[in-house]
Amino acid sequence: MEAGWWGVLIAVLGGAIRIGTPFLFVSLGECLTEKSGRINLGLEGTLVMGAMTGYAVSLHSGSPWLGVVCAGLAGMVLGALHSWLCSFQRVNDIAVGIAMMLFGTGLAFFLGKPYIQPSAPRLPSIDLGAWSEIPQLQAALQINALFLVGIVVAIALAWMLKNTAWGLKVRVVGESADAARALGLPVDRIRILSTAQGGFLAGIGGSYLSLYYPFNWSEGLSSGQGLMAVALVIFARWQPVGCLWVSLLWGGAAALGPSLQSVGITGGYYIFNAIPYIMTLAVMIITCSPRRTLVGVPHELTVSR
Amino acid sequence: MSIAVPQTLNKALEPFLIIVGSLTVSMVLFGVFVASAGADPFEVYQTMYRAAFGTSFSWQNTLIRAAPLMLTALCTALPSYLGLIIIGGEGAVVMGGLFAALAALTIPTAPPMVVLITMAFVGMVAGGLWLTIGGALRHYRAVNETISSLLLNYIAIALLNHLVTSTFRDPESLNHPSTHHIGEANMIGLIPGTDLHWGLVFGIVACVIAWFLMHHTVFGFASQIAGGNVRAAQIAGLPVGRLILIVCFVAGAAGGLAGMVEVAAIHGRANDTLNANYGYAGILVAFVARNNPLAIIPVAVLLGGIRASSGLLQRTHELPDATVLVMQGIIFLVILFSETLYGRFSRLQKQGAS
Repeated sequence: MEAGWWGVLIAVLGGAIRIGTPFLFVSLGECLTEKSGRINLGLEGTLVMGAMTGYAVSLHSGSPWLGVVCAGLAGMVLGALHSWLCSFQRVNDIAVGIAMMLFGTGLAFFLGKPYIQPSAPRLPSIDLGAWSEIPQLQAALQINALFLVGIVVAIALAWMLKNTAWGLKVRVVGESADAARALGLPVDRIRILSTAQGGFLAGIGGSYLSLYYPFNWSEGLSSGQGLMAVALVIFARWQPVGCLWVSLLWGGAAALGPSLQSVGITGGYYIFNAIPYIMTLAVMIITCSPRRTLVGVPHELTVSR
Repeated sequence: MSIAVPQTLNKALEPFLIIVGSLTVSMVLFGVFVASAGADPFEVYQTMYRAAFGTSFSWQNTLIRAAPLMLTALCTALPSYLGLIIIGGEGAVVMGGLFAALAALTIPTAPPMVVLITMAFVGMVAGGLWLTIGGALRHYRAVNETISSLLLNYIAIALLNHLVTSTFRDPESLNHPSTHHIGEANMIGLIPGTDLHWGLVFGIVACVIAWFLMHHTVFGFASQIAGGNVRAAQIAGLPVGRLILIVCFVAGAAGGLAGMVEVAAIHGRANDTLNANYGYAGILVAFVARNNPLAIIPVAVLLGGIRASSGLLQRTHELPDATVLVMQGIIFLVILFSETLYGRFSRLQKQGAS
């Protein structure tokens, strides 16, 4: 019995990385977008579109890595479209996000119909657990290279936002569009670029879903990761490295249900699966307040108004 | 593209022209899309028209789909008067349907009329309370209502799946876990002389009541003021919090009623078919109708028709069933983009005059 509980713990830790990786990419994408003062609820559609593109390209070309890149490019196009629409007067970014979510998933289902059956080449994983003799630990430490890429991107993004001219411009635009205009910065162009780059990251997150875990392409592939990213970024206080920790936490929470199932606790399967949503809602209730603004929020953001 | 600006462009005409123009642009874009997928756009539109409005049978199909859309559109349209973007219609439908079914199962021996009224009441209260959570969190905790209402959709679906696979599962529903059947005698009948169930009447009546409430009562007037400027409304002594709670409750009750109709008129049980995306399509209906409850009725019929044509499109043009989703997405984006056009035509007019 004791070993069983250790098994659950190891499975949750492994799941934190395995399920947390798409959360990491999509929340980094949302973080960059929000830093520029836009909110992109459409990342859910971007994620699904990225998953479909990645799978299709991997199948046709035989190279899953090419699939990852193309998934990013597809996400970039959707992100640019979102941001271009939002740059017109009176066009609401939250409403466009909802529309992009429906449009992105619809387009992915339309184009992805032929790819539901065939099996594409999978992204390779790195065995960091080869030293161990415990099979559960070996399974938990089978880590996909994209997770490591995600860590690098998180650190690089944090550094760029803090230390480069580009990062400073993004932050100025996100804090005050008026100040940015006074400085002569092209506000709309910076936002379009940031949202497109954010879409690129979210698209990569989608390709992880279809090319590594759960490793298939189907219409029920994504389950709101793109939406939860918005809350993850709030919890991470708009810090890219914070996104890393929060993504791992959410991955672990999502892994709890399946892990408990493996030791025979099957009751409440659906409730356990709902934990990430409940956690997201709880975090928003705790961190938001009508009397003060959120810590670290870019002031141009519509969520903070 | 040049648009001739009529001299008498007034407030009612402007939105009408812009919406019709947006729908036309959407049709052109969608036509290009299906053409690039290898289908003839003119034939596709002909098929869609035939499948949606061509015969009395297709009208029925369309209206059956339009009925829940009218109700779920209210979930988004009513809170918008208060400046809230709530997209929790799906959750309200699920909770309404689930609790309506459970209510019917607790009074198996009551006369059918009593059962139906109880179901409608319980379903509306369940949907209403569920949608109110988002509004309450917005007002008292400043939680973004769009995100919270969306998360609540997922939680409602999880709750539904949990309850129909455990406590309330009918052991005979092997492949498709469901609650017990509410009993054939308790099902909502058809509107006499048609093959349509009463859900359509509920939808139209709800939209008319909502329109009257928001445009012709003090309550609606107060809501519109609070939606325009919260601070001004508070200074004027309006109970903004209470307005938000009541409007969200009424909106959610409409969604709950849609769920109740799905159970009492179609499925007879609560199961995951309640999660049929009527909530999400309702958001689109509300946006296209610019959140006007009366405009929701024709827009819901139009979108019901688009959704009804999905099957025939698949059979005659070998287009995947997601084709209508793409069309919905295009319409949605173009309609939102058209928001930027409001006021531009009158400005053109002034420049021309001076």
